[in-house]
Amino acid sequence: MHRILAIIERDLRRFRRSPTLIVVSMIMPLVQLVVLGYAFGGKVKNLQVGVVDQDHGVPAVKLKELCQAVAANARTFNTVAYPDEAAALRDLREGRISAVLHIPPQFSRKVLAGANPRVALIEDNTDQFAASALEGTMSQMLGPYNQSAPPPRMSAHATLSVVEVYPYVPYIQYLLPGTIVLAIFVSAMIGGGIIYIDDKARGLHEGYLVTPIRKFELILGFNLAGAAKAILAGLVLVTVGSLIAGIPDPLNLARLARMLVLVVATALALISMMFLLMVRVSDPLVPRATFGVLNTVLFFPSGAVYPIQAFPTWMKVITAVDPFTYAVHGFKELVLKNTGLLAIGPDLAFLAGFTVLAMVAATLLFRRTL
Amino acid sequence: MFDIEVENLTKCFGDFCAVDRLSFTVEHGEVFGLLGPNGAGKSTLIRMLTTLVPPTSGTARIHGDDIVRAANAVRQTIGVIPQAMTSDLDLTAEENMGIFAKLYGIPREQRRHTIRELLAAVDLAQWANKPVKMFSGGMRRRLEIARGLVHEPKIFFLDEPTTGLDPVSRVAVWEMLSRLKRERDLTILVTTHYMDEADKLCDRIAIVDHGKLVALDSPLKLKASIPGKNILEVSFAAVPPDWRATLQALPEVAEVKAEDHVFRISSNNGPRTTVELMDAARKAGVTVASLSVQSTTLDDVFVHYTGHQLRDALQAPDAAASPFMLRH
Ligand SMILES: Nc1ncnc2c1ncn2[C@@H]1O[C@H](COP(=O)(O)OP(=O)(O)OP(=O)(O)O)[C@@H](O)[C@H]1O
Ligand SMILES: [Mg+2]
Repeated sequence: MHRILAIIERDLRRFRRSPTLIVVSMIMPLVQLVVLGYAFGGKVKNLQVGVVDQDHGVPAVKLKELCQAVAANARTFNTVAYPDEAAALRDLREGRISAVLHIPPQFSRKVLAGANPRVALIEDNTDQFAASALEGTMSQMLGPYNQSAPPPRMSAHATLSVVEVYPYVPYIQYLLPGTIVLAIFVSAMIGGGIIYIDDKARGLHEGYLVTPIRKFELILGFNLAGAAKAILAGLVLVTVGSLIAGIPDPLNLARLARMLVLVVATALALISMMFLLMVRVSDPLVPRATFGVLNTVLFFPSGAVYPIQAFPTWMKVITAVDPFTYAVHGFKELVLKNTGLLAIGPDLAFLAGFTVLAMVAATLLFRRTL
Repeated sequence: MFDIEVENLTKCFGDFCAVDRLSFTVEHGEVFGLLGPNGAGKSTLIRMLTTLVPPTSGTARIHGDDIVRAANAVRQTIGVIPQAMTSDLDLTAEENMGIFAKLYGIPREQRRHTIRELLAAVDLAQWANKPVKMFSGGMRRRLEIARGLVHEPKIFFLDEPTTGLDPVSRVAVWEMLSRLKRERDLTILVTTHYMDEADKLCDRIAIVDHGKLVALDSPLKLKASIPGKNILEVSFAAVPPDWRATLQALPEVAEVKAEDHVFRISSNNGPRTTVELMDAARKAGVTVASLSVQSTTLDDVFVHYTGHQLRDALQAPDAAASPFMLRH
């Protein structure tokens, strides 16, 4: 027990002397949170849409007025009038505009006759996000346009009314759970990977191995020390990240306490995973080289940035065994829905089981010799 | 009982044996030197004796405990200074010592006292609270020596403790070792590349090459064991034409080399040749301008037993060879 504490003490003392590395490990996720959060979170605005009106009837003019109203208010797009379709399409292909709204001849006549009037949206679909924003706005716009004609009779069309259970979640808040896990991971990577292997290569471990310390004491010492640093990184992100992302009531003590439980479970899982990966490594370049790959392979399939349901099957396999998945899910429940611990029971259970398995495997592989 | 007993100890990496059936014993209180060219297997031997590397075959006992079966008992008995400097640079001298005192399970009351005493013994008391990264190589070595003694070991292993230190620090380290050995009744096994140190300080020396023991004796006897024991360097005021032949004919002379008035004479018996040479000079009326008799050094012994060629060979890369290894 004293020996375990000695190993931990040494690591934490050293950490206190030169915390730069760990501070860096917190900065990377925070920068990612802010940049990704604002890069992806915002609404698409000020797309240029060319309008070709070959009809000139009253309904067509009404449609164009609606477009101008959107341009003035939601500002998803601005309209540019084109005299003919060819000129509009040329500008579309040359990238000067993002879409062409084509009002065909006979449009007014069909509206008045109730004979399936159509307008066409010819869009630059190389940018999925812009295209779907445009489509969404256009179809929304056509809704009120259709209603402006008096409903002929009771409609048999089923309509969908959406009920939102939680307050609106901006993308930056959606990203926060993944960011907390990322900070814990980076800290585990630096503390449990890079520093661990550097110490080994420098011969520091050789010094410990000639003392009567036992194998399990060494393993526990290394892992608990690493976990302590990772927990610290996680807690900083839990508080600072919540403030930056604008989570309502960010310093709610009850929720912070629940988050602490999950931070600890996540830190233990990631540290033990790191230890298992590094247990037989002696080259200091290995943890540095694997850093980027691991980060990508663990972070993105976890559902931290995009819903899991959209992944192909092979990626869902990674998702299923990736401890990030469960940690991210748990933090989403706690941060975005403010649930109790019971709701994240399965996540905690997975993380605990993962920790135990990884530690057992690492202990079997760990050699108490050089 | 011997303090160190080594029997046919062998360590092979693949089909290359870094240590090849070594056997020797070290008595209590001895300073036992291990000499050998780079790659001879000295560090590998020390690592086996200090339980860091399991032997391929053979056995060794430290203070009666088997290095494999009673490894933990061995670890309690020995103090080890590895070849690489292994202090924690971010911690202070005292903290470094404290961690090891805890790893050895030294009770709290005793810890502070022991650490202070040892830091004073290696002249680092005034730097106790300074981070080790500010220390010079010599100070770090001394700190490691203190660290290795924190649990009052009986047997002390040092792998090249003075490599990379300036002459003053080297002398300081050796003086400290000699004093600590006396005060603490230690048995010491040490490797070094400095022959003068080995000559002065070791009771017995083992020369190892290619993992095998090639010579083992006291420095004096080792020097006596190789041919051409003395070199006489003589210069004369003026010499007769056949003077070189006269010198060659003197008793015990093996070889004579001449450069103008200076002659280098290899002799199997320095004192006798010297007396005869002075006699011959007086008889021939030749004035001796200067005369010096040099005895064989351990360098000659080392070269005699291990040969001159460099031992460069390719080896499997290991952690110790990485750019992060701090060797001094
Ligand atoms: N883990 C290992 N794997 C393969 N070969 C090794 C290993 N450790 C040592 N060797 C080889 O064993 C030989 C002896 O190495 P060792 O370090 O014991 O030499 P040494 O006498 O201490 O040399 P030096 O004076 O340079 O310190 C070397 O050729 C080295 O390459
Ligand atoms: Mg060596």
